[in-house]
Amino acid sequence: MKKAFLAGAAALLTATALTSVVTPALADDIKQGGSMIVTYKDDVSTLDPAIGYDWQNWSMIKSLFDGLMDYEPGTTNLMKDLAEDYTISDDGTVFTFKLREGVKFHNGREMTAEDVKYSLDRVTNPKTQSPGAGFFGSIKGFDEVAAGEAEGLSGVTVVDPYTVKIELSRPDATFLHVMAINFSSIVPKETVEEFGADFGKHPVGTGAFSLEDWTLGQHLIFKRNEDYWRAGVPKLDQITFEVGQEPIVALLRLQRGEADIPGDGIPPAKFLEVTQDDQYKDLIIEGGQLHTGYVTMNVKMPPFDKVEVRKAVNMAINKDRIIRIINGRAVAANQPLPPSMPGYDNNYEGYPFDPEAAKALLAEAGLPDGFETEIYVYNTDPNPRITQAIQADLAAIGIKAEIKALAQANVIAAGGEPDQAPMIWSGGMAWIADFPDPSNFYGPILGCSGAVKGGWNWSWYCNEELDAMATEADSITDPAKKAEREEMWRKIFISVMDDAAWAPVFHEQRYTMRSERLGGPDAIFVDPVHIPVNYDYVWAKDVQ
Amino acid sequence: MGSYIARRILQSLLILLGISFLTFVLLYLIPADPARQIAGRSATVQTVENIREQLGLNLPFYQQYFRYLTGLVQGDLGRSYLQKTEVGELIVSRLPATLLLMLGAIVSELIIGLSMGLLAALKRNTAVDNGLMVLSFVGVSSPQFVIGILLLYVFAVQLGWFPIGGYGTFMHMVLPSLTLGFLGAGWYSRMMRSSMIDVLRQDFIRTARAKGLKRWQVLFGHAMPNAMLPIIAMIGIDIGLFMSGIVVVESVFGWPGIGQLAWQAIQRVDIPIIMGVTLVSAFAIVLGNFVADLIAPLIDPRIKLR
Repeated sequence: MKKAFLAGAAALLTATALTSVVTPALADDIKQGGSMIVTYKDDVSTLDPAIGYDWQNWSMIKSLFDGLMDYEPGTTNLMKDLAEDYTISDDGTVFTFKLREGVKFHNGREMTAEDVKYSLDRVTNPKTQSPGAGFFGSIKGFDEVAAGEAEGLSGVTVVDPYTVKIELSRPDATFLHVMAINFSSIVPKETVEEFGADFGKHPVGTGAFSLEDWTLGQHLIFKRNEDYWRAGVPKLDQITFEVGQEPIVALLRLQRGEADIPGDGIPPAKFLEVTQDDQYKDLIIEGGQLHTGYVTMNVKMPPFDKVEVRKAVNMAINKDRIIRIINGRAVAANQPLPPSMPGYDNNYEGYPFDPEAAKALLAEAGLPDGFETEIYVYNTDPNPRITQAIQADLAAIGIKAEIKALAQANVIAAGGEPDQAPMIWSGGMAWIADFPDPSNFYGPILGCSGAVKGGWNWSWYCNEELDAMATEADSITDPAKKAEREEMWRKIFISVMDDAAWAPVFHEQRYTMRSERLGGPDAIFVDPVHIPVNYDYVWAKDVQ
Repeated sequence: MGSYIARRILQSLLILLGISFLTFVLLYLIPADPARQIAGRSATVQTVENIREQLGLNLPFYQQYFRYLTGLVQGDLGRSYLQKTEVGELIVSRLPATLLLMLGAIVSELIIGLSMGLLAALKRNTAVDNGLMVLSFVGVSSPQFVIGILLLYVFAVQLGWFPIGGYGTFMHMVLPSLTLGFLGAGWYSRMMRSSMIDVLRQDFIRTARAKGLKRWQVLFGHAMPNAMLPIIAMIGIDIGLFMSGIVVVESVFGWPGIGQLAWQAIQRVDIPIIMGVTLVSAFAIVLGNFVADLIAPLIDPRIKLR
């Protein structure tokens, strides 16, 4: 039954991914106008695209700004945004973008290739303190800028006002994704310089909405950009973001018609009550996300240096029970990649839940009586409860794991030391992809480059053969060879599983709710990239 | 009097300096690395180092503290790590909401507390008195988040009389003010009761009655003003109680004041905001006590300031 449900959920997820493309004909029929209220618990931190990096401002920034590339609404499929066209050199190291003409910033000035160069120089400049600077490492001249030796990226050249050429120091198949990430948004130099460090409170971009008002601690108002270059977008005239509202209060207000979307999602405490109520059945939307929760086993710390032990842990964990602990808000994982990520292997079955076989593996590794170890965990709910379940599962095969529940920063610090944390439950910290490409699930968390002090490869798994294969895969930039590249990644992640560097546990699902008066394809309310909601395509039923 | 005030100001400054030092030490010791937090998970080691240097986090403790104090003297509370905004600006933008809530709380604690105390004193040793005193006991001892959620559930969610949290109109203000004032109301009703019972026993009350004044005239003209003296002196001290209460009450009701700001900052370990709110609250408490001490002799001439 449980299996059937999970299979169903997975099928549903794939189905939404396939059918969720907004057909232009349908989108054109929808009249513009109306408004909505979105609530959040926390203050919005910043709307500066070079700085903003959280769940709340991610999609807001996408509505205020544009980059050269974006994704089709509700999907992970790349599409051109401010780039009208692009060409990639045969060796995959030179990207030439032709810009759309006549695109205006909210301040009225036309956007040109100079702005693209300025924006990329700014985000990589150490003075900007951008958390996303590292994504641009493949651009020629990045190292000099990062070290403070150069003011601008030597690889980025303005060919003419509507053409910009970007040279890379190595072929990078993920580069178009990098050009779609918020950090690559195009900003106007004069406004950035006018407001300096406060640009994040006075954002000006070319996006579908512009910021009308921001009353600190209370609300933000986004107004439709009348001059937006994409015809018929956005649908709404205005969005009000109200902040400082606890998720439970937000849900009550939605039920009373005072708010339209609880930005923080459905709170766990109300989850069963709301999802089991027929009244709300059609208003609740479920979506996948590019997330995997896993247990790392430090291969540098015995006995986890033995592959049999790591396999035994994989077979000992009862994933279905853990998913029940979080009210079924996840699907079981058998490999590092989440199901909606290109390169996911649908045919791979993973390690079965089999405590007897796990015990046999321990015996094979010379540990028939098990051993004592520690499992680190971030101390906020539900992570300690999940870890308790893992602890019980491990105890059943003779592994006595002591739980170390600590603040997030401390767990991350312990994971970044080669000899401190034998096991870590990744929940609440890792890993959600920054962009929908398998390479983002490898380098920092499974590759040799992440297995360094202060890194995020908490298994300290470093397989040079796989690293070489990853580099090779990422140098395949020809779109025609996309399938070949995906196949390589598939192999890499299945090899990681053969070595059992992780015990993948589940992929979190996202649940949100919308009010009756909002329209739009379900997929945009749980957009995998415009997280949490693709505001540009939501429409109001009361103006149709 | 002049020298008293000068001495008190000096004392207050020393207290604030002490608080700033203690808070700074505590926040310095918590094992969170602000630079890493700002840099995010995708940052290179180089980026983290750059940020640490730019924020002066690589300096020894005493230098960091001195830098903070230098800014403080110039009215600069620093910049929030995560909100990327001047802490002073954040606090100032939220102060009106907090002051309004405190005013509401003072009004509600006085109205509820005084009328409960008065009624209990007049009906003393009856069932009414006992009932009211049990209620005041509940008020003094209940955690504010319980009272807040209870009021919210009954009067906003179930009965729909008030909005479910938020800010803007008088109706938004009622429930949070009652919640914040409930503790003080319980306290004041007890003080009012005993002080009223005391006053009613005094000779001048008997004289007032004897000269033919009506019962309500005696009560409100003679007894109340005397019984309220100790209570008015207490209001200044209430600021301290409120400062701890607003963190809870503002979070429950989504009230955009500095309590909510503090709570969000604590959850995200945004050190400059925690520091700023702590100092502003400490300043308010010190000021509240100071003012309460200054007005005490105006109300009761028997009190002398030395």
